[in-house]
Amino acid sequence: MFATKAASLLLRRSAASSSSSVAAVAFLRNGFANGNVRSMSSNVGTFDLTGSFETYGLDTAPKNSVEMTKEELLKHFELMYTMRRMEITCDNEYKARAIRGFCHLYDGQEAVATGINAAFEPEDSWITSYRCHCVALARGGTVSSILAELFGNIGGATEGKGGSMHFYNKASNFYGGQGIVGAQVPVGLGLAFANHYNATPGKPMQVAIACYGDGAANQGQIWESANMASLWNLPMIFCIENNHYGMGTSQDRHSSHSDYYKMGNHIPGVRIDGMNVLAVKEGMRFVKEWVGAGNGPMYVEMMTYRYHGHSMSDPGTTYRNREEIALTRSTRDPIELVKRTLIDAGFADAEQIKDIEKVIRKEVAAECKAAKASPKTAIEPHLYEYVFSSNGGKKQNEFPPHIRMPDFAKSKWY
Amino acid sequence: MILRSAAMSSSSSRSALSALLRRNALGRRQRRRHLPAVPLPLPLPLVLRSHSSAAAASSGSAWQPRRLEERRDRPRDCDYDHDHDRDRRPPIADEPDYDTLGPTSRLNLFTAINSAMRTAMRTDPSAIVFGEDVGFGGVFRCSQDLLEEFGRDRVFNTPLSENGIAGMAVGYASAGGTAIAEIQFADYIFPAFDQIVNEMAKFRFRSGNQWNCGGVTLRTPCGAVGHGALYHSQSPEAYLAHTPGIVVVMPRGPRCAKGLLLSSIRSKDPVVFLEPKILYRSAVEEVPDADYEIPLGKAEIVRTGSDVTIVGWGAQLRTLQATCDLAAREGVSCELIDLRTILPWDSECVVSSVRKTGKLIVSHEAPLTCGFGAEVVATLQQECFFHLEAPIQRVCGYDTPFGLVFEQFYLPDEKKNLDAIRRVMDYSK
Ligand SMILES: Cc1ncc(C[n+]2csc(CCOP(=O)(O)OP(=O)(O)O)c2C)c(N)n1
Ligand SMILES: [Mg+2]
Repeated sequence: MFATKAASLLLRRSAASSSSSVAAVAFLRNGFANGNVRSMSSNVGTFDLTGSFETYGLDTAPKNSVEMTKEELLKHFELMYTMRRMEITCDNEYKARAIRGFCHLYDGQEAVATGINAAFEPEDSWITSYRCHCVALARGGTVSSILAELFGNIGGATEGKGGSMHFYNKASNFYGGQGIVGAQVPVGLGLAFANHYNATPGKPMQVAIACYGDGAANQGQIWESANMASLWNLPMIFCIENNHYGMGTSQDRHSSHSDYYKMGNHIPGVRIDGMNVLAVKEGMRFVKEWVGAGNGPMYVEMMTYRYHGHSMSDPGTTYRNREEIALTRSTRDPIELVKRTLIDAGFADAEQIKDIEKVIRKEVAAECKAAKASPKTAIEPHLYEYVFSSNGGKKQNEFPPHIRMPDFAKSKWY
Repeated sequence: MILRSAAMSSSSSRSALSALLRRNALGRRQRRRHLPAVPLPLPLPLVLRSHSSAAAASSGSAWQPRRLEERRDRPRDCDYDHDHDRDRRPPIADEPDYDTLGPTSRLNLFTAINSAMRTAMRTDPSAIVFGEDVGFGGVFRCSQDLLEEFGRDRVFNTPLSENGIAGMAVGYASAGGTAIAEIQFADYIFPAFDQIVNEMAKFRFRSGNQWNCGGVTLRTPCGAVGHGALYHSQSPEAYLAHTPGIVVVMPRGPRCAKGLLLSSIRSKDPVVFLEPKILYRSAVEEVPDADYEIPLGKAEIVRTGSDVTIVGWGAQLRTLQATCDLAAREGVSCELIDLRTILPWDSECVVSSVRKTGKLIVSHEAPLTCGFGAEVVATLQQECFFHLEAPIQRVCGYDTPFGLVFEQFYLPDEKKNLDAIRRVMDYSK
């Protein structure tokens, strides 16, 4: 995965420095304050998650603490920081008019995709909305393939055909972003059905997750899917990324029900602090286990926030005020939180974190350059191939006669 | 060791944000005059806690219409002078005479649409405007300032529920109201298709004319803008035109948009009104300030000519105008027809033109196969068989999804149309 370079860089360095003294400081600062000391080593920490979850209709709950190794936490930090840099790059490139059309950024919500991915296996199915750049990255995409897609270049994840809302990855069962609000959820239901159908008896099932927004949560299709998922006990996770706004409409204006995790009625639910990657990971581990054990579907509400406007044409400040955004940035930022956690745990110091950030910034810039260098997607054959199956190489994706090519001689009807 | 991972959000900053949010939420609430201003649940809890149940139940967090008696008592600041029994209204037969309509303003398409809705709402107390984000003016600003003039009872945002929006329009119109609903993009009309095709289109027929939903106008922006990609570029007029019982309209510019939208809103039949979004800002015309209507089901000859008939609708007319200019330079005289109403379409106008010119080109952005052009061609070959001097040409979008990078290539531009003109002229040499 991308950014491993930075990881190894840090690991090498920290191996050299004596980590025990760092850990001792962290212990003093945090362990004592908590009054709840457990066994520790300099490479593993146990992190308190009290107050990060609320449950509904369940007699169990996610644990109030999670164990995580230094390597893993660093990996999360790097992925999230890469996401952030990538989205900022998108913003700049959009303003420079290198990216056109619809473009929905994920900055502010990085912990959600990162935490879910950390709790999932590649065999679990994942489908999401148009706000999908970072899910694509978490599911194994590269920054350059994502940016090239936005530029409309052949190096793009779908060869420049789809643009911002369309990333997919078969290897990690990522069924992509969808442009129509709510449409991904019944499709997710089908994925869950497939996982149920293909499960090995006696073993936990692979799960399916459909992510959608607070605005999408009242689309009719979702209620239909919830009923079917529950009726047939499918391993389906309805995951609402609650960033409190559906475009310019705040949640209290578009939904009569603001406890999204309770929306499944008799389907149990969990609300998770979606700004804390540790909480997301632990929460989703719990959810995956519960759902995968055949208990039926579950609703998950991730409490999160998007910094940018809904899309590039929305400044994001007409329906909410700047103080709200600034205060969220200064008090709940998911990346600042991981950084702080890394430091408090003695896993890294501020200098080392700065170094990693520098490396990532450089790499994202390099990937952006590479994406730009990729040629524009050619019309032939990309315009018409894959409209239908190749049908064994016959007919359907032959050059359609009604298409007039730039080369007139090739145009059959002209 | 146990570490506090949430260490950074100190409790003081946390409560500052809560206070701020509460203030915002309250401010918004109080503006809704009819709701009691009670403290609201936080929209964004920092410390996670159940925040809706009790408070929300007592405040009634959903929007609720004002009671009917209250509405009747409300002082009326405008003159409602229209006869609202749609079935008693005489059909609009004549084109407006723009010279007698009085003062005009320079409007673009979205301001012309706005002017039509404003006019309709001023003259019809039952007219309501609703859809996703329309309270703020909508994503294309068409309903700008309507909320300020007509209030929340009559202009309101809906959740993201297209099928619900369309169905609600059908119900409200069946009960006698005038529903002007917006589907944010034509690409999102498909979740609403059941309501449009099975409920809206058939209500009059299946109830033996006891009920109808002529009061529905479903506005939606359509067409390509150059970079909308798969889900923000489509022109679904042909899907809709396959449905007897609804009227499908697409204006080509601000002036005809205002007249067509007013007649659509007042029409006895439900109308789907497709607005080419590329024209919202770019098309500017002198538009009468007056209240005027343009007959539905009537095409307009935009340019008279003798050699070739060209038929189109919506934004494509702009391309076709340019094509006609190019053809004129080659000495070809084109007659350009804007269908304006796609269903029911004005075949008479096209037939009589083709009987004169002997040649026909139909052009639209939507894909070729089963595009509405196919319908025009089928009728024309039947009605004008002996008048045709060349095979009818269709210059259309391609039978592929609307890929991001292919848009310019995909569109049936002037050059492709000019080429078709040359071809039909060659035939009749
Ligand atoms: C069926 C449909 N209706 C409307 C839209 C336009 N639209 C795209 S995103 C969006 C807001 C969705 O908000 P939410 O579900 O909260 O997701 P978020 O953007 O906050 O991630 C709207 C109205 C659409 N794409 N599809
Ligand atoms: Mg949202």
